[in-house]
Amino acid sequence: MPEPVITARQLSKQYGDFTAVDGIDFDVAPGESFGLLGPNGAGKSTTMRMVGAVSTRTGGELRILGLDPDKHGPDIRSQLGVVPQQDNLDQELRVRDNLLVYGRYFGLPRGVIAERADALLEFAQLADRAKAKVDDLSGGMKRRLTIARALINEPRILLLDEPTTGLDPQARHILWDRLFRLKEQGTTLVLTTHYMDEAEQLCDRLVVVDKGRIMAEGSPAALIREYSSREVLEVRFGSDKNAEAAERLQGIGDRLEVLPDRILVYSENGEAELERITQLGLEPITSLVRRSSLEDVFLRLTGRSLIE
Amino acid sequence: MTATQAPGTGIRRPARALYAGNARAVVARGLLATRSSNLLVVVSGFFEPVFYLLSLGIGFGALVGTVATSTGQEVPYAAYIAPALLAVSAMNGAIYDSTWNAFFKLNYSKLYQGMLTTSLGPLDVALGEILLALLRGAMYAVGFMVVMQVLGLNLSWTALLALPAVLLIAFGFASLGLGITSFMKTFQQMDWISFVMLPMFLFSATFYPITVYPEPIQWLIQALPLWHGVELIRAMTTGAISGMVLVHIGYYLVMIVVGVVLTTRRLRALFLA
Repeated sequence: MPEPVITARQLSKQYGDFTAVDGIDFDVAPGESFGLLGPNGAGKSTTMRMVGAVSTRTGGELRILGLDPDKHGPDIRSQLGVVPQQDNLDQELRVRDNLLVYGRYFGLPRGVIAERADALLEFAQLADRAKAKVDDLSGGMKRRLTIARALINEPRILLLDEPTTGLDPQARHILWDRLFRLKEQGTTLVLTTHYMDEAEQLCDRLVVVDKGRIMAEGSPAALIREYSSREVLEVRFGSDKNAEAAERLQGIGDRLEVLPDRILVYSENGEAELERITQLGLEPITSLVRRSSLEDVFLRLTGRSLIE
Repeated sequence: MTATQAPGTGIRRPARALYAGNARAVVARGLLATRSSNLLVVVSGFFEPVFYLLSLGIGFGALVGTVATSTGQEVPYAAYIAPALLAVSAMNGAIYDSTWNAFFKLNYSKLYQGMLTTSLGPLDVALGEILLALLRGAMYAVGFMVVMQVLGLNLSWTALLALPAVLLIAFGFASLGLGITSFMKTFQQMDWISFVMLPMFLFSATFYPITVYPEPIQWLIQALPLWHGVELIRAMTTGAISGMVLVHIGYYLVMIVVGVVLTTRRLRALFLA
C-alpha cells in the first residue's frame, strides 16, 4: 500500500458550541478518487477546508502529503488545487489572465504559466474564450475555468467542493467527462457531493457523512451491496393511502421504506415483488423498478433522504 | 515514514506561514485589473484637491493675502494650502483603494479568500494591496506637484523632498485604511470612514493655522494623521524644515507598522482560521 496523501484521525472542527466535524477517520491513497457524500450541512465543506489548509482543526490529527497543515499551510497549499463550492474567479480579469495571475500566486515563472495556461484552456474547452470577460461565461464554463485554474500549479491533489451543484444536466456531463480524464491521468481527486449519481460516476471510494460523522465507507458498489438490495420497487398509492397500504405490504421484499409520497420495497427481484403486491389486491397508481443507488444507502443509514 | 519534502525556502518557518515573499504577484494582479477598469474613475480622484487649490487658493487667496506657517514664515495663501492639498491628494489615492475597493474584494468578490488558497500568505496579500493603494496615492500626488510647480507654489528646492514624504503619507493611509476596512461588514460601517475623513480634511491646518482653535481641539487634531502629513509637506515646500519633521515621519512609520500588522492578522483570522 503506497503512503496515503491524506490521513485524518479523529479529525474535528468546532465553532463555539456547534460541532461541524465530529471525529472522522479516513485515508486517501495517491491517484485515488475519494468522495465525501452527504446532505447539506453534514460537515463536508468544513472537512474540505481543513484538508485545503485554510481552516485549522480543533481536534484530532491531519496529515496532507505527510505535512501538518497547522505548521506547513503554504507548503501544502502550493501542492493543492482547490475548486470551491462557489466560483471565486477574478471578475476584473479576462479568462486567460485569470490563469496567468493565479499561476503567479504560486510564484511560478511566467513562461511556464503561459504554456500551462494554453494547455489548460484547451483542456477546459475554453481556448476560443481566452479573451472573454469572466462575467460573460455560462455557469458550466465558469466551473471549467475554475478547475483549469486549480490545475495551474500541477497539484498533487485536486479538491472539489460540490463541483456540479447548480449546473444544468448537459454542463454536468461535460464536467464529469473532464474530471474523469483527470482521474485517468492519475490525479488524486477529493470531492464532496450530495448527488449520488456524481459519487457513483467519479468516486473509487467514498465515505457517507451525516452530522459531522462518517456513517459508512467503501466503493459505491460495495456500499450498495452492503446496505441495500440489488433492486428497488417504488410504488405510489396516493398520499392519503400510503400508510394504509404500507401496513398491508409488511413481509413483502427484504425491507420496506415508507416515504411521505411513496413506498420503497427493497428486493433482489423488483418485478416479482410487484407481482405479489397485485396478488394482494393492491393497485398502486404508479410503480417503478430500478437498481439500488447510493441514495438508498443513505436512506438506510440515516433514515433521511440526501436532497431535502 | 517518508514525509513529503516541502519546497525549499530560505524564509524562517513561523514567518513562512504568513509570508511567501511574493507580494509582487498581488501587485501585478492589481495593475492588470486596473488596466481593464475605467480610467476615468481612476483619474477622477486626482482632480478634487486640484479644484480646491484653484478655487480657494487663487480665488479666496486674493482676499486673504499671506498666512503665517507654524514656523512663523509668511507665505501667500495659495502656497499655504497647496502642500496641505498635496498631502490630501496622497491620502485620497491611498484611501480610495484601501477602503471601498478593499471592502468589495473582502466581502463580495472573495478575491483575498481565493488568493489565500494558494501559496500566498496573508502578509503577501496585505503588502501587495497596500503597495497598490500607495501607488495610486503617489500618482495623484506627483500629478499635483506638477500643478504646484506650474503655479509657482513650490517656494524652496526642498520641495523635492516632498516626493518621498508623499510616499510615506500614502503608505501610512493605505496600510491603516486596509487594516480598518478589514473589520467592516456593512455599507453603513463604511460610511463611518467618510464621517471621519471629511472633518479631518477640513480641520487639519489644511486651510488655516490650527492656532485658531482652543488648545484641547488643537491636541485632538495633532493626534490625527492628516495634520502630520500637512505639516510635513508644508515644511518641505516652504523650506522651513525643523525638528518637528522627525516627529511627523515617526508618526507615519508607526501608522504603517500598525496597519500592516493589523491587516495581516485580520486576513489570517478571516480566511485561515
